[in-house]
Amino acid sequence: MRVSLFVTCIVDTLYPQVGVSAVRLLRRLGVDVDFPSEQTCCGQPAYNSGYAADARRAAQRLIQAFRDSQWVVGPSGSCVAMVRHLYPKLFQGHPMEREALELAEKTYELSQFIVDVLGVTDMGATFDGVATYHTSCHMTRGLGVKEAPLTLLRNVRGLRLVDLPFAEDCCGFGGTFAVKMASLSTAMADDKLDNVAKTQAQYLLGGDMACLMHLKGRMEKRGMPVNVMHWAELLELATRPDRVDARTLADGEVSAS
Amino acid sequence: MSKGALLERIEGALANDRLREAVKRATNNFRSGKARAVLEYDDWEAMRERARAVRAHTIAHLDYYLAQLAAKVRENGGYVHFASTGEQAVEIVRKIARHYGVKSVAKSKSMVSEEIHLNDALKEDGIEVYETDLGEYIIQLAGETPSHIIGPALHKTREEIAELFAQLEGRTLSTDTPTLTAVARRQLRNVFLTADMGITGCNFAVAETGSVTLVTNEGNGRMVTALPRIVVTLMGMERIVPRLEDLDLLLTMLTRSATGQRATSYTTIFSGPRRDGEKDGPEAFHLVIVDNQRSTILGTEFEEALHCIRCGACLNICPVYRQIGGHAYGWVYSGPIGAVLTPLYRGVEEWGEVALASSLCGACWEACPVKIPLHDMLIGIRRESAERRRTHPFERWIFRGFGWMMHRPGLYRAAQRAGRWLQRPFVRDGRFRWAPAPLSSWLKTRTLPALPSKGFRDLWQSELTKQREPRLAVKAAFGEQREEGRGA
Repeated sequence: MRVSLFVTCIVDTLYPQVGVSAVRLLRRLGVDVDFPSEQTCCGQPAYNSGYAADARRAAQRLIQAFRDSQWVVGPSGSCVAMVRHLYPKLFQGHPMEREALELAEKTYELSQFIVDVLGVTDMGATFDGVATYHTSCHMTRGLGVKEAPLTLLRNVRGLRLVDLPFAEDCCGFGGTFAVKMASLSTAMADDKLDNVAKTQAQYLLGGDMACLMHLKGRMEKRGMPVNVMHWAELLELATRPDRVDARTLADGEVSAS
Repeated sequence: MSKGALLERIEGALANDRLREAVKRATNNFRSGKARAVLEYDDWEAMRERARAVRAHTIAHLDYYLAQLAAKVRENGGYVHFASTGEQAVEIVRKIARHYGVKSVAKSKSMVSEEIHLNDALKEDGIEVYETDLGEYIIQLAGETPSHIIGPALHKTREEIAELFAQLEGRTLSTDTPTLTAVARRQLRNVFLTADMGITGCNFAVAETGSVTLVTNEGNGRMVTALPRIVVTLMGMERIVPRLEDLDLLLTMLTRSATGQRATSYTTIFSGPRRDGEKDGPEAFHLVIVDNQRSTILGTEFEEALHCIRCGACLNICPVYRQIGGHAYGWVYSGPIGAVLTPLYRGVEEWGEVALASSLCGACWEACPVKIPLHDMLIGIRRESAERRRTHPFERWIFRGFGWMMHRPGLYRAAQRAGRWLQRPFVRDGRFRWAPAPLSSWLKTRTLPALPSKGFRDLWQSELTKQREPRLAVKAAFGEQREEGRGA
C-alpha cells in the first residue's frame, strides 16, 4: 500500500520533525510513503479570510500534486478538513470540480487513516509520562475526527492521558484571527493554558501544529514548563525499536519507493 | 463603523475584569445547563435535524404562512400591520398609541423593539415606557442596551444591580436575590396595573391559529398581555411556525438550548383580544410584522440565518463572546449569530468587520438547535467584505501574493529559502525577536519559532527517502476499504 504524504505548509516550513514522524509511523505500519514535491499550501488562510479566488489558486496546485496518488495522508486536522469538506464547496461549478471531489475523497488525517483505514488502534508503543490532549476545533468539528488520535494515545503503555477541562473550547488561534485580534486570541489561549496547568501534565499533545505553535508561544511568554508536541511525534518516539516490545516487531523493513 | 471601533470595543471589554467575570459566570451556567438538558434525550441530534427541517420548510414557504397568520389574527378580532422598515414599524406603533390615547406602556422582552429603537420614539411622544423583563428593566435603569439575546443584563454583577436599585429606591440595599427581586416586583407591579398598553415580542407566532407564543421566567409576558387594555406584539417576519403542534419541538429546542430548562416558568400562548364572556385580556390586539431587511436574506446563501430561534446557545458556547460579552459586537444581536445578522441587516459595507470577531471554531454551529452553519456564514460575510473591497488594500495584496506563490511550487520553495536567510538578523535562540506588522502583534504576547535550517522537503531529499524503518507486528488492513474510512 502506498500513501502520499500531504505534509502541510506549516509542518514543511516550521515543524519538519512532525512530517518525519508521520513518515516513520506509516512505514512502521508497513505502508510505502511518497512525497509529491509540487505540493504547497491547501489555501485555507485565504479561504477563511474571504479570498476564495486566491485560495482556489493554491488549491489547484494541491489537487494537481496529488492527482496520481491513491491515498493522501496529512498530519493536520485543519488542513485535511479544508481539503475534505471545503474543496467541494470551493470548486462547485469549477472546471476542476471532479478532481477536487476526488482529492477530498482520498485525503485523510493521519490518525483517521491509521485507525479507520488501516484498522490499527494499538501500535505496541511505550512511553512514560503524563500528557493531556488539545482537541483542535477543525479536527473535531471541521473534519469530524474526535476519537482516533486519543485511541492511539490511550494504547501507549506507560502514558497517562489526563482529560483537559473544557477541552472542546477553542484555543484562540483561528488563523489570521491570532494576528488581527491578537489580544482576544491571547485571552483565549490563557484560558486554555490555565486548564492545561490544572491537569499537571508534562506533555501537551495535539493534532494541529498551528494551534500548538500559538499555545507554545504563549506558554513560553508565561514561563510554563510543559512540553508541546504533535501526537505523532510522541507516537514515533514511543514506537522506536528500543521502546517497543521485541515481540511486536515483525520481520522486514519498509522504506520509500 | 470601522475596524478601529470594533477593536477598540474589544480591547475595552478585555480590560473590564468585572464584565468578563460576570459574562463567564453567566455563560458557564447557561452552557452547563444546556449540556445537562441535552443528555436527557438519546436523540437530540435527530431532534436538531427535525427542528432544522421545520424551520427550513417554514422559511421556504414564508409568504404562505404569513398570509395564513394574518388571516387568522384578523379572524380572531386582531389587527395586522406589515412594516418593511424599522421606521415604518415605529410609526405604526406610535399611531396605535396615539389612536388609543396611551400614556404609559408596559413592555415584555422584544429584541425587534431594540432593533428599531422603539422606546426612544415613544418617549418623544410623551409616553412612559417600562421594561418588565427583569434583565431589560435593569439595563433600562442603567441606560444601556442588551448584551445577550436571552440575558440582556448578564454583563452586570449583583453589586452593580444593587447600586441601580438603591438609587431608584433612595436607600441602601443588600445584594441578596430576595431583596433585589422584591424591589423589582414592587416597582413593576404598579406598572402592570396602570399601563394602558402592553408591548411584547414574539418567540413564535402560530400560523394555523393566529396565536403568539411567549416564553418568560418571570411571568411578565403573561401580565403584559392580560392586564393593559391594548396589546401590541412586534414580531420579526421569520418568527413563525406553521402548526401549534410544531411548538412542541421548537419550544423544547428553545428552552433547553437557552438555559437548559425543560420549559420556562411561563409559556404564554394568546390569540387576540378579549372575547365575549372572557374575564381578562385586552380590548384590542395589534400584530406588527417587521421585515427590516429580513426579506433581503431570503434566497441567498445566508437564508438559514433566518432559521434562528433566538436561544442564545451560540453566544454561551462562543469562546469570543465569553471573553468580551455582547456590547463589543456593536449592535443588538451579539455572538456568532450577531456577527452574521448585523452585517446582513445593516450592510456588509459598514458592518462586515464584525465577522472578524470569530476564530471560526465552529462551536456555534455544533450548539445551534436548528443547525445553522454559522462558521460558514462568517466566512461568507468575510468573502462579501473582500469582494466589495471593504478589506484593507494591504490584506488584499497579501492574499493575491499568497495565491500566486502557492500556485507556483518553485516560488514557494524559493520563499522558504529566502525566509531562512532573511530572518537571520531578527532571530535569537530559535525565536523571532522582531517581526514587521501585522506579525508584530503576535510577538507582543507569544513567541514565534524561527524557520529551521532544513524544512521537511529538504530532509526528505537528503535523508528520509533512504531511511528504512522496522515493521511493527500490528495487523493493518492494507487496501481493504473500510466503510468508516470513507465516511465523514
